[in-house]
Amino acid sequence: MKPFAYARPRAVTEALKLARGGATVMAGGTDLLGLMKDGIAAPERIVDIRSLEPLRGWARAKGKGLRIGALVSLVDLETSAELARTMPIIGEALRPAATAQLRTMGTVGGNLLQRNRCWYFRDEAYPCWLKGGVRCFAIEGDNRLHAIVGAEECVAVAPSDLAPALIAYDATVSLTGSRGTRTMPLVDLFVTPHGRVRREHAITSDELIIEVRVPENALTRRGAFEKAMERKTWSFALVSVAVSAKLIGGVVRDARIVLGGVAPVPWRARDAEKLLEGQVLDDAACQAAADAALERAEPLKDNGYKVPLARELVRRTLRRLA
Amino acid sequence: MGRVPKASSYIGPGAVDVALEVNGDGVSVHVPPHRTLLDTLRETLGLTGAKRVCDEGMCGACTVLLDGEPVYSCMTLAVACAGHSVETVEGLSKDTNLHLIQEAFIEHDAFQCGFCTPGQIMSCVALLKRNAAPTGEDVLRAVSGNLCRCGAYPNIVAAALSAAKKQARR
Repeated sequence: MKPFAYARPRAVTEALKLARGGATVMAGGTDLLGLMKDGIAAPERIVDIRSLEPLRGWARAKGKGLRIGALVSLVDLETSAELARTMPIIGEALRPAATAQLRTMGTVGGNLLQRNRCWYFRDEAYPCWLKGGVRCFAIEGDNRLHAIVGAEECVAVAPSDLAPALIAYDATVSLTGSRGTRTMPLVDLFVTPHGRVRREHAITSDELIIEVRVPENALTRRGAFEKAMERKTWSFALVSVAVSAKLIGGVVRDARIVLGGVAPVPWRARDAEKLLEGQVLDDAACQAAADAALERAEPLKDNGYKVPLARELVRRTLRRLA
Repeated sequence: MGRVPKASSYIGPGAVDVALEVNGDGVSVHVPPHRTLLDTLRETLGLTGAKRVCDEGMCGACTVLLDGEPVYSCMTLAVACAGHSVETVEGLSKDTNLHLIQEAFIEHDAFQCGFCTPGQIMSCVALLKRNAAPTGEDVLRAVSGNLCRCGAYPNIVAAALSAAKKQARR
């Protein structure tokens, strides 16, 4: 790790001032320090935001939905009995994520902003396209773990398990920066690297995530999350699936199907969602939606297995809603 | 791109004073901001219980407790621990009395080469703080971020379960 100057501000305004001019923001540090040790990131200044009180804590306000501060640790969400009643999909998504140590250190904001796990991206020796190079080494190389849908110049996949779960509940995210605060659908925080956009997130370097919110009406939906891994524990998702829907008299309303590990962004299977609207959630409907979710998949040479894996995981996850 | 803020609001990149609590004692160390907690414990404070193996948050041999919670000390900056409390395996025993978990590890032969053991023990200590009556599955989850290449997991689980029972009786 290269030396850097360090600051730990106590106020958001102070943090924003310190972050100006190309500093790097750090919360749990589990991803950033890894990138720095691997020589992928070499910030000259780090702003440690862990003392920013307004970014802490989560709460459900009656009628106003759920608010989760950016600095809430993953373990606090995972182990909360109250949250398990309010929005059980969050615990389902976090239990198979990483390890106890990383869930203790990691924060919600950092989980959403973690960089991809492509081995060419993470290897200093490969000047890949995302790092400013001329080509993606994974397209021709070892692409077992890469995208099967939605990729452009870079075929790395979005690694977060939490993101699909939150997006399946129409979460929004609030960012604050020197030009003020903005709130957007969480799905829009994620961008597909393409053309001049050589990054995975819509946040700018002088902005912070303040909080994530889940609207009250979404909290009444049923939800389910499933994750396929290479081993039973301590592994990023080969494919993850988060679904949610209202079931009114057995009929589906407001279905959401979001996949992780298949695309450069958490992937909303909108065609499959539409297909489910107004349907009874029986085996045939789940299968048809699963087929539709993967209809546009174009696997690379080593990751064809992800297509049937994702299809079956979508079917199973939907089946759990009924 | 805005103006670069005044340097006075930052500390480093040279060595800075960091005051923290280690195993119940207040200590002050003089380390640069990029020094990890692990290297500070081992090289500055001479506490070599936490091991440096992967040095990238993959193996768990460096696990310590930060404010009572398990963390990878190789992925934690010492400077970020200012004002916080760190507990290492060296802090578990009181005089000549081993911690319940340490006793249970010996009783159940929960190690072979022993290199991952301090990390395994700290993860089990953290588990029993959060969950006084864990199941075998809970123990496995708690130590799944601590790699044991000797394959001592069945005995580690037995040790943690037996320590939990003893703790409940005290």
